[in-house]
Amino acid sequence: MTADGALRFAPRLTLLLMAVPVIAGLAGTLRPAFEAGSVARLLDWPGLPRAMALSMGTGIASTVLALALTLGLVAALQGGRLFTLILRLLSPLLAVPHAAAALGLAFLLAPSGWIARALSPWATGWTQPPDLLILNDPAGLALTAGLVLKEVPFLLLILIAALPQADAPRRLMLMASLGYGRVAGWMLSVLPAVWPQMRPAVYAVLAYSMTAVDMAIVLGPALPPTLSAQLVLWMTSPDLSIHPVAAAGALVQLGLVLAALALLRGAETGLARLGCRLALTGIRGIRADRWLAPVVGGAGLLVVLLMAGSLAGLALWSFAGPWVFPDAWPQHLELDAWARAAPGLGPAALETLLLAALSTALATGLVLSCLEAEARFGLKPGGGALWLLWLPLIMPQVAFLPGLAELALRTGAEGSTGAVAAAHLVFVLPYVFLSLAAPWRAWDPRLAVAGAALGATPGRIFWRLRLPMLLRPILTAAAVGFAVSVGQYLPTLLIGGGRVTTLTTEAVALSSGGNRRIIGTYAMLQLALPLLAFALALALPAALFRNRTGMRPGA
Amino acid sequence: MSGLVLDRLEVRAKGKMIVALTAVVKPGEVLTIMGPSGSGKSTALAAIIGTLGPEFSLSGRLVLDGRDVTGLPTRARGVGILFQDDVLFPHLSVGGNLAFALPPALQGRKARRAAVEAALAKAGLAGFADRDPATLSGGERARVALMRTLLAEPGALLLDEPFSRLDAGLRDRIRTFVLDLIRAERIPAVLVTHQPEDARAAGGRIIDPQGRPVQAGP
Amino acid sequence: MKMSVAAIVFASCTALPALAQPDPTDWATVLQEARGQTVYWHAWGGDPRINDFIAWVGDQALSRHGVTVTQVKLAATADAVARVVSEKQAGQDQGGAVDLIWINGENFAAMKDKGLLFGPFAEQLPNWPLVDVAGKPATRMDFTEPTLGLESPWAMAQLVFEYDSARVPTPPPGAGQLLDWAKANPGRFTYPRPPDYLGATFLKQVLYGVIDDPDLLLQPVDPATYDRVTAPLWAWLAELTPALWRQGRAYPANEPALGQLLADGEIDIAFAFNTGRASAAIAAGELPATIRTNVWTGGTIGNASFVAIPYNAAHAAGALVVANLLLDPQVQARAQDPDVLGFQTVLNLAALTDEDRARFDALDLGIATLAPDDLGTALPEPHASWMARISQDWIRRYGVAQ
Repeated sequence: MTADGALRFAPRLTLLLMAVPVIAGLAGTLRPAFEAGSVARLLDWPGLPRAMALSMGTGIASTVLALALTLGLVAALQGGRLFTLILRLLSPLLAVPHAAAALGLAFLLAPSGWIARALSPWATGWTQPPDLLILNDPAGLALTAGLVLKEVPFLLLILIAALPQADAPRRLMLMASLGYGRVAGWMLSVLPAVWPQMRPAVYAVLAYSMTAVDMAIVLGPALPPTLSAQLVLWMTSPDLSIHPVAAAGALVQLGLVLAALALLRGAETGLARLGCRLALTGIRGIRADRWLAPVVGGAGLLVVLLMAGSLAGLALWSFAGPWVFPDAWPQHLELDAWARAAPGLGPAALETLLLAALSTALATGLVLSCLEAEARFGLKPGGGALWLLWLPLIMPQVAFLPGLAELALRTGAEGSTGAVAAAHLVFVLPYVFLSLAAPWRAWDPRLAVAGAALGATPGRIFWRLRLPMLLRPILTAAAVGFAVSVGQYLPTLLIGGGRVTTLTTEAVALSSGGNRRIIGTYAMLQLALPLLAFALALALPAALFRNRTGMRPGA
Repeated sequence: MSGLVLDRLEVRAKGKMIVALTAVVKPGEVLTIMGPSGSGKSTALAAIIGTLGPEFSLSGRLVLDGRDVTGLPTRARGVGILFQDDVLFPHLSVGGNLAFALPPALQGRKARRAAVEAALAKAGLAGFADRDPATLSGGERARVALMRTLLAEPGALLLDEPFSRLDAGLRDRIRTFVLDLIRAERIPAVLVTHQPEDARAAGGRIIDPQGRPVQAGP
Repeated sequence: MKMSVAAIVFASCTALPALAQPDPTDWATVLQEARGQTVYWHAWGGDPRINDFIAWVGDQALSRHGVTVTQVKLAATADAVARVVSEKQAGQDQGGAVDLIWINGENFAAMKDKGLLFGPFAEQLPNWPLVDVAGKPATRMDFTEPTLGLESPWAMAQLVFEYDSARVPTPPPGAGQLLDWAKANPGRFTYPRPPDYLGATFLKQVLYGVIDDPDLLLQPVDPATYDRVTAPLWAWLAELTPALWRQGRAYPANEPALGQLLADGEIDIAFAFNTGRASAAIAAGELPATIRTNVWTGGTIGNASFVAIPYNAAHAAGALVVANLLLDPQVQARAQDPDVLGFQTVLNLAALTDEDRARFDALDLGIATLAPDDLGTALPEPHASWMARISQDWIRRYGVAQ
């Protein structure tokens, strides 16, 4: 009975754990926004309209592109060899931290980057790098490209996880038998079934893309930068009088994100209506298949190549001796950078692992409790509760973390591993919930009825049926949570008081110094940890259920 | 009194009567509830198994072997169910599926294994215990599902269109197998179907979800 | 203004609470208290060479005094300042997270202004008499702001230009020549975008070269004359910008990013606030061996790097020991070694023992480093208000591409 009571309380506890830090932090951070003159000073900043437009533009453009590519890949190519190849190569890239991806991409694409080096001087005639504006372009194209690269693997993973519940093969077969083209058939019959499960992930991607700081600083324009990047500049300015302006800016950023989400919501409705009308016309879209498959296949391969090239570049730099333009390869390879980084890498990796394990275990436990409470007692989260869960993903981190750090300081909690893990939990839990809720809810309820009719208690149904059958999505969700924790920069820095050192805090601190060799070593390790988690999430169920055809993905 | 008693079992939604059943099903007897889709068959089924949603209101009693089970949760009712699909647990072996159903009172690895083997033998599936359910044929899966339901020693059995997904040749054989077993084990059963053929084969009373007698075919 | 050292010490002794704060004049007690402490040194962590040096200082502190040093690697020094500010707001007046900060300029002025610093302590450190106060006035004057012993110097820095001698045989020796060179070689020069420290320093350097009366820079900005005084600077920039790397549509973010452009061959002339950086980077294989350095004939801006201790530091005694250790001749000589850091010493070589002086004489300056005599005049940092005002103006003109 007590276990039952605890379970009933789980959703409320979880919401409390999400909402209190965010709201308290928000209040603490935004309070200065209402100081006299803050808003006026913000409006005085001549860069404001452009910074807002950049935030909105790069966020929306990258989300739309990443979503279109993801849907296109699955619609046009799923089941084929190319798709399997792209999926296999892309899934590990989910674990790449944003900062590392951005730095790698910057080296790849710069006029003095790897691609230019590989082609010079024999193909290009360049003996010195051309004066071309590729990175940090005023329109934010490089930033948009970076965001697309980073978000496609995430959206693809979410979509693949949602697909089994949509009964895609039979729907597609039906559409094909009605004479529909592959892509048109997928869009009209499968997409409506998977969209509700994908929607939260798409919203999260949009909110994240609009407020990303690390990528915007490396790839984005600077004259002015995106609004969120400018906010961080202000908040870390030694001129303390600018901090209230940053708070006012955070308020504007929040409004922008909400507006963009509303826009997306509107577009959804519009497109759904358009889709229905299209379906009524009976257009079969056969011809679209012919050009779409190679286009999205090519784009998918390009994403893979760019990401792989970025990481390979970073890896190579970590072993590089002297390497000047236009050499395509370093003069020699050496271990100097690794030797120099080694004393710091070990402890940082251990701390990273500890934080990720703690926050992920806690998040997964809480999410499972919430979902089980929902299944048992019908405690389905209402709209308000969902918004609270969303808050940490939608809020620009700079808008509530400083206030939260101040709170941690007052309570004496800051600086401890536990406090940092708790702060990570705020960001890890929503991702775990988003990844797991859909497959959990899509679990065939008749299985539970069958179990109950066989005399099984709710506990037995949970432990013996639901948990093992959903092991793959549970572990995948945990791996996503793990990767999110590994990538956390601001929460670790602020709540840790600088005394909790992880691979990411070290890597970002080093990245301000631009030393590609050392950045390479940290990026490699930063990548290795989440990769390990994803490998486990794939290997464990595969090993446990190697003789169970019905447990294979997509079965 | 042994058997299943539906004592003015009525389900309403928004004031509208959907199900109204009064019947006595003796051990080994099959009561058939027949009607087209949307006639309230699945609501009747949910009322008997105990999975009615909160939007429904239930009155009357469900009595099994003299025990009023109306307010009990599904697992405590002692009512077994066979679905349209077999709903085997894909992560367990055939033997694991059956062992899941064995009452906890049956102790000991060996004894439980023996009970599973015996059930498989009875269904003509001896040696299937370690097989992956996904590799079984439709007929084999249907028989495993039935044996799993019976191993839980239910006081009554609910059949939710259990034959409708089987192809014609298999259908007769499985139906005969199930119905024979019900008679042999002397279990009161309720069959929910829209197929007159199934209803005739069941050989018992045929009513619609509102309790009116139905004429099954020619 | 003219307060004697004794008066400051007296004032500080009476003002400080007796229990927690160590007294730098009682060094034996400081050493005793420091033993076993862990000092959290908040320092910019962007350069692995500097991080290595700090780790080496930590080894010395542990073996000599039993003090453990942990570097908290910052992306920006302002992070540490903000941290102390929030601690003060939260009422945490003791046991703060920051024990020692690598600091100067604006950040120092902000902390001094808000009363966030421990001390004065610098001029009571046992090694203080070795500091070249007369020859290097920047050791007591941080951006025209008197340090008042609230921070202790540990390295001298001077702006030097770095150029690729393979492409630029004779480097421009002044602002006018640089402009001519850039126009003749478009796209081969740039500077970090202000308000970055180095970028703003470059603007001040140019201002020194084009202003009529350089002494004005040592006073706070006078709003009445500002426009007229800085007009030559903006005119110079307007001419330069179209000839910049990326035509001025993008700028590197900071000193390392600028150095990376030089390393990648994207530009031919860069600059650094470290006379030995180029040699050290060449030695590490990070810069082509053809890079050399030069200064402008009128002199280049020089300043000092300091360490300061927050008022609420949990391990102030340990921090004092580290601050003193940084002035140790052996440590200073290591910092000046181009293979290590290439930072210039703050010490007066004449005040050292023969043995210690020999450590400095033995240093090989490195292939690209100018000898101390060739560095010319070190121009004092203008008043901090110039940096703020010029940066702000630059942002208005170039920072928000309309």
